[in-house]
Amino acid sequence: MEFKSRDFAGAPTLLSIENLSVRLAGNRDARPILDDVSLTIRSGETACLVGESGSGKSVTSLATMGLLPKGVLEVSGGRIVLQDKNLLDLGPQAMRDMRASHLSMVFQEPMTALNPVIRVGAQIEEVLDAHVRLPKHEKRRRVLDILDQVHLPEVERIYASYPHQLSGGQRQRIMIAMALILEPQLLIADEPTTALDVTTQKQILSLIAELQEKHGTAVLFITHDMGVVAEIADTVHVMKHGRIVEQASSGDLLRTPREDYTRSLLRAVPSLVPRPPRADAGSEPVLQVEGLMKYYGRGGWFVSREPTKAARDVSFAISRGRTLGIVGESGSGKSTVARCIMRLIDPTDGSIKVGDTEISTLSRQKLRPHRRHIQIVFQDPFRSLNPRWTIGQSLMEGPLNFGQARGEAMARARELLALVGLPEDAIDRYPHQFSGGQRQRIAIARAIAMEPDVLVADEAVSALDVSVQAQVLDLLDELQRKLGIAILFITHDLRVAAQICDEVVVMQKGRIVEHDTAANVLGNPRNAYTRSLIEAAPGRGWDFANFRALPSASVEKTDLQVPTE
Amino acid sequence: MIGYIFRRILAVVPVMLIVAVFVFLLLRLTPGDPAAILAGDAATPAQLERIRTSLGLNEPIYVQFTTWVDQLMHGNLGISLISNTPVAQMIGQRIWPTINIAILTIILSVAIAVPMGVVAAWRHRTWVDYAVMSFSVLGFSVPVFVIGYVLIKFFSIDLRWLPVQGYTPPSQDFGKFLSRAILPCLTLATIYVALIARMTRASLLEVLGEDYIRTARAKGVKERVVLFRHALSNAAVPILTIIGTGFALLIGGVVVTESVFNIPGVGRLTVDAILARDYPVIQGIILLMSGTYVFINLLIDLSYSFFDPRIRY
Repeated sequence: MEFKSRDFAGAPTLLSIENLSVRLAGNRDARPILDDVSLTIRSGETACLVGESGSGKSVTSLATMGLLPKGVLEVSGGRIVLQDKNLLDLGPQAMRDMRASHLSMVFQEPMTALNPVIRVGAQIEEVLDAHVRLPKHEKRRRVLDILDQVHLPEVERIYASYPHQLSGGQRQRIMIAMALILEPQLLIADEPTTALDVTTQKQILSLIAELQEKHGTAVLFITHDMGVVAEIADTVHVMKHGRIVEQASSGDLLRTPREDYTRSLLRAVPSLVPRPPRADAGSEPVLQVEGLMKYYGRGGWFVSREPTKAARDVSFAISRGRTLGIVGESGSGKSTVARCIMRLIDPTDGSIKVGDTEISTLSRQKLRPHRRHIQIVFQDPFRSLNPRWTIGQSLMEGPLNFGQARGEAMARARELLALVGLPEDAIDRYPHQFSGGQRQRIAIARAIAMEPDVLVADEAVSALDVSVQAQVLDLLDELQRKLGIAILFITHDLRVAAQICDEVVVMQKGRIVEHDTAANVLGNPRNAYTRSLIEAAPGRGWDFANFRALPSASVEKTDLQVPTE
Repeated sequence: MIGYIFRRILAVVPVMLIVAVFVFLLLRLTPGDPAAILAGDAATPAQLERIRTSLGLNEPIYVQFTTWVDQLMHGNLGISLISNTPVAQMIGQRIWPTINIAILTIILSVAIAVPMGVVAAWRHRTWVDYAVMSFSVLGFSVPVFVIGYVLIKFFSIDLRWLPVQGYTPPSQDFGKFLSRAILPCLTLATIYVALIARMTRASLLEVLGEDYIRTARAKGVKERVVLFRHALSNAAVPILTIIGTGFALLIGGVVVTESVFNIPGVGRLTVDAILARDYPVIQGIILLMSGTYVFINLLIDLSYSFFDPRIRY
């Protein structure tokens, strides 16, 4: 695999952050949020700032933009010099003038970063209004021009659209257009592709690279994804607990990381090479789905319209102790399938059998006793536990509902906590006292409290840092071996799927397009869509955990099968 | 959209019907005999009986109700028991001062309350914020008539800036109208301002935490633009809602305020009608008030889609 790692030895320094410290406002004693951070970016360079959540990546970028939340965080020392000007010395008006014209920023979440009640064209024009005086038609021309540059289709229509009428990828293009319309020297991109599908991510990354080339912009790219680093970075700065622990060119960093922390980060990156296949015991399936359909919005009395087909003729089966992965991009219908199986929503048609019981048509009342056999873990551990309940209450609720005695349920809750690797005293504490990874362990404990036959994990590790992700995946694996649960694992991340799944189902637009063993789907995909997904996975030629390129055979093999279009 | 408007208007019919039944029963079932009031203390039972018959008060209650609804359908709100003039005509004579005062109050309230709420949210947890919140609590707690008298004492009696009472139609002399209406409007507006300012502040605080506010700041736009263009337009829906529901406070306030400031509006008419147990007038007024309330909230519901393009009916 080729790294960008261009040489910038001769290029002028554009941004230099010198000994920057940031702390909680009005609290001199607390540990600083940023501690003595120094980094430089040269004209035209792409610098990646990597680290786990809470390491201070975003704070660094917000401090540079002068956008630290007022009254919460404050700079306590250091300098941020952009072209010989210390940004920290500038007054509010002078700093406003710098933004968008000299340095600009693209944020993580394109769905919420645009004002929902203003047309996107007007939102981009606002940048011009704030910094330059132009006649009306000239403003419009420039906006249409930048929309064209970020490769949006039908720029006139997009210009007059509201954000909710655009897709996530399109909105991120709008954000980029907004950031680059005044051709600033520095673009700060804070996880700009994290919320996007892999194929969209690939497009956005190449768009940023293209515009960077064209305008000579330097990019400070914040990410937690080592794959992205491998694709785009010239230099890499690794952050941990508010400090920079290692700085190197991307090639050096990925090949010969010096610090233990960097090494552990890289080791945690799940490999795209699928796990060795496990023998199928050949037992009866515990979950069988046949011809599942889910249509939305069939219209009512006053409207008739084409229904949205969220799931079309979905069929699969899982047996005890096995893991089936459903992968696909957003909108592919994978979560719809999970919710139908849980009967959180009612399927339009088709059969869902848990053990021998057909549950797709049972009434809510009749369904209740069967619910214990199938349990779910959701994506966001910060929102899936009731914040006002103790962990014990959350763990005991299910068993109590099914008639277990209080003392017994309490004892069981303690057992469960031990099983998922949490201390016993966690039982009387509240969710906010735990980290994301710990909360996800609690969510898993809650799900297995009912001794289900099937555990549905809906993007259960997607919100976690890679190191924590690896631990949670290990936990699921261990629980599966101990309890023999069948796991339906829904994810958009092929790396994760490769780590845990025996079989993989690939969904696209509500349909299953490929269903095979993980080894076959990932190593020898037959469907064009599956191949495009694998190809879009960033850094797929690199074996991060072993600091070397993947044996070229496995890469070449998929490459060879890409039809030349 | 058209379909939605049609359905919403249809939904008004049962609401108004329920209001009608309630209004009718409430008054007929409260003690006190209008015939006795009408006839005076010295009336003989025979005189009372004659009055009752002529007013239809002897008919069974459902007959009285159907007669009444039938008349309503024809735009006939009945005839006052006291003055013998049609209720519609009485209300018609009194409605304009009330409408003028109400419109001025709403404009004044929004003009004061919204900037107040915005500044309070912008300067969250500073003395500005605390001042606005304290005013808000005060505005809620002090009774309307107390505010009225305090304003009169201060501005009219001590400072002699404004007249104590009375009303001049704006068509006659707009300046005079303003000078006489400003105190009643301020009185009425106090509680309304308290309510709207509070809601604006709360709703803006929520919006100011949104990602697109950060985006706007990252673009280098002025703080004023961030607050009023980006934040306020997103906070509009809850603010509008509270303006609509708070309209009920205005109706209650009008009755007191018009009495305090001696304004010949529907509010005073209400007080007079209640004291005289003039059923048809009271019914007419309640129907009018609830009709206005429902209509204003309908308009507000429909205006949501103007403020938020994501709302489509």
